[in-house]
Order: sequence, then structure tokens, then C-alpha cells
Amino acid sequence: MSTRIDRRFEAVKQQGRAALVTFVMGGDPDPETSLAIVKALPAAGADLIEIGMPFTDPMADGPAIQAAGLRALQAGQNMRKTLAMVRAFRETDADTPIILMGYYNPIYVYGVDAFLLDAKSAGVDGLIVVDLPPEEDSELCVPALTAGLNFIRLATPTTDEKRLPKVLTNTSGFVYYVSVTGITGSAIADYGKVGAAVARIKGHTHLPVAVGFGVKNADTAEIIARSADGVVVGTALVEAVRASLDASGKATAGTAEAVAAKVRDIASGVRRVAKAAA
Amino acid sequence: MSAPTLNSFRTGPDETGHFGMFGGRFVAETLMPLILSLEEAYEAAKVDPSFLKDMADYLAHYVGRPSPLYFAERLTEHCGGAKIYFKRDELNHTGAHKVNNVLGQILLARRMGKTRIIAETGAGQHGVATATLCARFGLQCVVYMGAVDVERQKPNVFRMKMLGAEVIPVQSGSKTLKDAMNEALRDWVTNVENTFYCIGTVAGPHPYPAMVRDFQCVIGREAREQMLEREGRLPNSLVAAIGGGSNAIGLFYPFLDDPGIEIYGVEAAGHGLSSGLHAASLTGGRPGVLHGNRTYLLMNDDGQIQDAHSISAGLDYPGIGPEHAWLHDVGRVNYISATDEEALNAFQLCSRLEGIIPALEPSHAIAKAVEIAPKKPKDHLMVVNLCGRGDKDIFTVAEHLGGME
Repeated sequence: MSTRIDRRFEAVKQQGRAALVTFVMGGDPDPETSLAIVKALPAAGADLIEIGMPFTDPMADGPAIQAAGLRALQAGQNMRKTLAMVRAFRETDADTPIILMGYYNPIYVYGVDAFLLDAKSAGVDGLIVVDLPPEEDSELCVPALTAGLNFIRLATPTTDEKRLPKVLTNTSGFVYYVSVTGITGSAIADYGKVGAAVARIKGHTHLPVAVGFGVKNADTAEIIARSADGVVVGTALVEAVRASLDASGKATAGTAEAVAAKVRDIASGVRRVAKAAA
Repeated sequence: MSAPTLNSFRTGPDETGHFGMFGGRFVAETLMPLILSLEEAYEAAKVDPSFLKDMADYLAHYVGRPSPLYFAERLTEHCGGAKIYFKRDELNHTGAHKVNNVLGQILLARRMGKTRIIAETGAGQHGVATATLCARFGLQCVVYMGAVDVERQKPNVFRMKMLGAEVIPVQSGSKTLKDAMNEALRDWVTNVENTFYCIGTVAGPHPYPAMVRDFQCVIGREAREQMLEREGRLPNSLVAAIGGGSNAIGLFYPFLDDPGIEIYGVEAAGHGLSSGLHAASLTGGRPGVLHGNRTYLLMNDDGQIQDAHSISAGLDYPGIGPEHAWLHDVGRVNYISATDEEALNAFQLCSRLEGIIPALEPSHAIAKAVEIAPKKPKDHLMVVNLCGRGDKDIFTVAEHLGGME
């Protein structure tokens, strides 16, 4: 069964380029501005959208995304509002895949069955849940697949040959390769290793491989686009949100445009790389 | 309390790290290979005679075990009921039970060839124990501590620095123990090659809850032997304070399958359960997933973790070890709570009647022991885990009591 995520990766491949996957925090800096940011992403060059579900204790995130989550929570964001935002986005965009990303507890407390039902009907296409490794697949991954949502798994430099097949089982949509051992916002020490890592994963799967962590601008996006099917950017975008806020931390008239400008810049780097259209 | 019906309460966790529905391995993929290799190393070590011999040797000659089982005669007279004994883990080297577990983990880290140790700490006792053993074995030591706790536990911060550890004040979130644990996990995700994460309580992803419990069980095993020697029979009740729950499970576990022994775990009720400002995860929380395991947590309706409140930095955590969550649900252990005020009163009572200044953490246990003991007959034998000494708390207590005059 082809999903919106499958179709988008296929379409981008036909265009002979890598996909740009953009992460923003749901509700950051406030629900209304956040929706405006998300609505502006596709025109700016985003091919897929990840929306963060804010959590008080994001143990794999660096300071920038931690702060974005706290801004959203302080502005009253919760799971219902995040799902409502997806629903509102879907009213004007039927094609851009939406992936919700975050931690398990807010989903667990919402109730797995209720969450999957509501997410699916809101127009969510996939889930990335950082603290659910394959060992806990029965919690959410398997029910999500049954409900018709993609479950996108993270593979990391510590995921060795022996473990990779386990990580790829039940993974669908694409594989998210975390290019560094570290938290979000960490710098890549050696971009040269990314290509080899992507090739290693592609030896085990036909799914597209998107690479995240360490993409800060057009140049770093271009480097990643040479070896990956998708380039993920997150920290640079939430930093653009932060930099656009006024002294009291509130959104300004330029907030949504600041994020769009950053996406346009990074998209230009991604699109500099011509790939063979299959 | 529902009637226990299981044949044994000591079979957990299962091979996937679950105690009933609690526990598990809810960690980022980067950490999964690390906790699997830790599990493998621990399973090998715990049946290796040379590892067990090393443990026994250091416990005897470095930690100073066995700790005494002391008859608290004047406190017993004061209560006029049960005969109260203290298991005196506050006499251990570094002043608390934390060292029992740290010794085990550091010996394990050495076997695994790890050269850098990280730890989280609340009251600072686990940090001090970790810094101590890192000094003893020449290992690099980094301790994460909430900025609020750095402020209220200054003597321990100084001790860690004297021992050569780097103490990193954590400014994120509520700046207490849970945030220190987040930051330690972030460090571990970043430094996967050389770093061993020494968790201080029976929480975190499998195998930590079981491993830390095993290392702390020396408390209960000794208490059992000592009570048989002193009184010719087992105790009738056990009382211990619970933050994450490592001292409590250490005392309780060897007695879980002895029917008829009443077991009380005392959570921190802070300003009172109805105030909302407390750290009683079992009494005031519900099941959720945080820091690698499913357990009872303090949180709001959206699954956002709420700040815990306790005068005791060591109990100021919005969760509890998963095995306690399970023992609560199956009804084998009675989980009750003591407020800041009750703990402060017990702190003073114990100091004046027994000449022992307890830490604020076991003061919560003493507070409830003093309530329960008068209702029991004089032949009722009660063991209270005196898991830490109060030197670190004298400034906090002085502040609350309005000075030392």
C-alpha cells in the first residue's frame, strides 16, 4: 500500500534530487504562529514536514529544541492542539506528508488507540518516537502500522550490522539516519562518514534514507544531499523562530517568514545536487 | 491492601526487563546497543566468583560492611510499642547506602573497559559515592546535579570537587534530580565509546532497576542474618523511605517472600498530598514513561511531567523505580507518605533520643515508624532503614527551624 510519504519520496526522486524534511515544534512560539509557519513550509521548499510534539523532558534533544518545546508548552500547546494544527494544515494541503515526532509519554497518556485514531483522521502520515526502540514495538509501532500510519525508525552510528535488521523490521516510510552520536543540534565531525553510513543502511533496505543532525545551512545540506535520499533540518529552523521573537519571547510579524527564508536557503543547497532519476 | 496471591515476589524482571507492566527499555536507539552490552556484562559478572569476591572484599574493607543492626532503645521507649531497630547504612563510607550500588557499577565499568563515569545526583550522596570510587580507581568522573540542588546541598558539591569530580549544575527544566538525569542521558548519547552511566537508583532502562536492586540487597541480607542472631526470628515489619527507591528495595527484597512481614515504603508528601506540592508518585501519580521505564509519575493530563516537591533533595523526583510500582499494584508493600514537617520532627526526635542525626530522607521513614510503632505489641520487631546521615542537611534544617540557637 503506497502512502503519502512513499509517493512524495518517489516524486522527488523522479525530479532527480533529494527530499528536504523540515522539523518545527508544534505550538512554537504560539499555536497560531506555529500553524502559519507550517503552512508556509511547502512553498519554501519543504517536501515533508515533521511536527514536534512538545514534552517537558526531551532526553535526546539539545538546548535549541528543548527551548522550543518549553516555549510551546508555556503557550498552552498540548496533544489535542497539535492534532488540530495538522487538521487545519490538511484543509489547504492534501499532499505534503506530515510526521509527528516526539516522546512516548504524551501519546501513552492520551491513549494509544485514541491517539492513532485521531492522528490518522487529522491527516498525520507517520510517527517518529525517539524513546521507542524495536524492543518496545508492541507499545505503539505495531498498532500504528495496523492503523495505516508509517513508523519511521532512527538508525544511529551505534546501530551495528547485527542490530540494523532488527531496527529496519517494522520500519516504513523512510529510515532516519542520525549522523552523530549526540543530541539534536550537535555538529557533524566528519561529513565524509555519512555517505558510507547511508550505503551501509541501503544494503539492508529499499526504503529511502534521510539524514539528520548537523544540517545548518545550504552548504551542509548540499553535502548531505549528495549521499542521502532526504535531508532533515530541525535545530536551524527552531533557532530561526527564536531569533525572530521580541524581547518578551512573543512572535513578531516576521516569525513565519524568518523560518521560510531559512528553509528556502537550505532547499537551495539540497537542489544544487542532481541525482539520477530512477 | 489486596491479599498477595503470587508464589514469589522475587521473580522479576522478565527477560525484557518488565515487572508486570512496569519497567522496560524506553531509550533512544543510540543507547540501545549500550544497555544491551551492559546487560550482557552484568549477567556475566554476577555469576563470576572473582567479581563477587572483589565486591565482598571492598564492601568489608572499604565501605565498612556489615553495617550494624542497632536497637533504638530510647525511641522504642518513647513510642511504647514495637521494638525498633535501625539498619545503620549511614555508617557506610560516604555516609549513605548509595555506595553499595556504586561499588558494584564501578567494578563492572572496569570490567567493561570504560574510563569515564557519569552520574546524576539529587541530594549529592550518589554523586559523592561515585566521585569517591572514581578517585579510588583512577576514573574520570562527571556528575550532573540540578542547579537548585547544587545550592541546597553545598557540602556535598564541595566533597565531590575535593574527590576530583567535575560537577555540572543543570539549568534546564526544574533544575532538580529529573533534569540532572535528562542531562546525564544526553551526555551518554554523546559519549558512547568510553562512558559508563552509573545510575543512582532502581530506575532507568533495564537492566538498571534489577542491577541496582541486586547491589543494594546486601542491606536486607545482612538485616535478616543480624535479626536472626539478635532475636532468633525474623522482623515483623520493615520501614524505608522512597525517592527512586534503592535503599527501600535493598532492605525489602530479601524479605518479600516471607509471609506476614509488613512492609512500608514511605514517599515524600512535601507540603501535603492535597497541596499538589509533593513527591509521592505512587499515591499522587499514575503510570507513564520517563527515563527509560514505565512507572508511576507525577504529570498533568497531557503527559507533561510535573515538578516534585520535597524538603529532601534525595526524594525530590517525580517518578519511582518500576519494581516498586509493581509491588504497589500487587499489594505486597504498603506505600504511605510523610510530609516535610513530619520528617523535620522525626529528624529532631531521632537526634535527641538516639544521638544519631539522620538524613532528611530516612527521617521520612522514622516519621512513619514513630506513628506505626505505638500501635504494635512490645514483641513486634521493626526494622527502619537509616540509609543516610544528616550532616549534609543541617543547613536546610536550620533554615526551616529558624536557626541553631
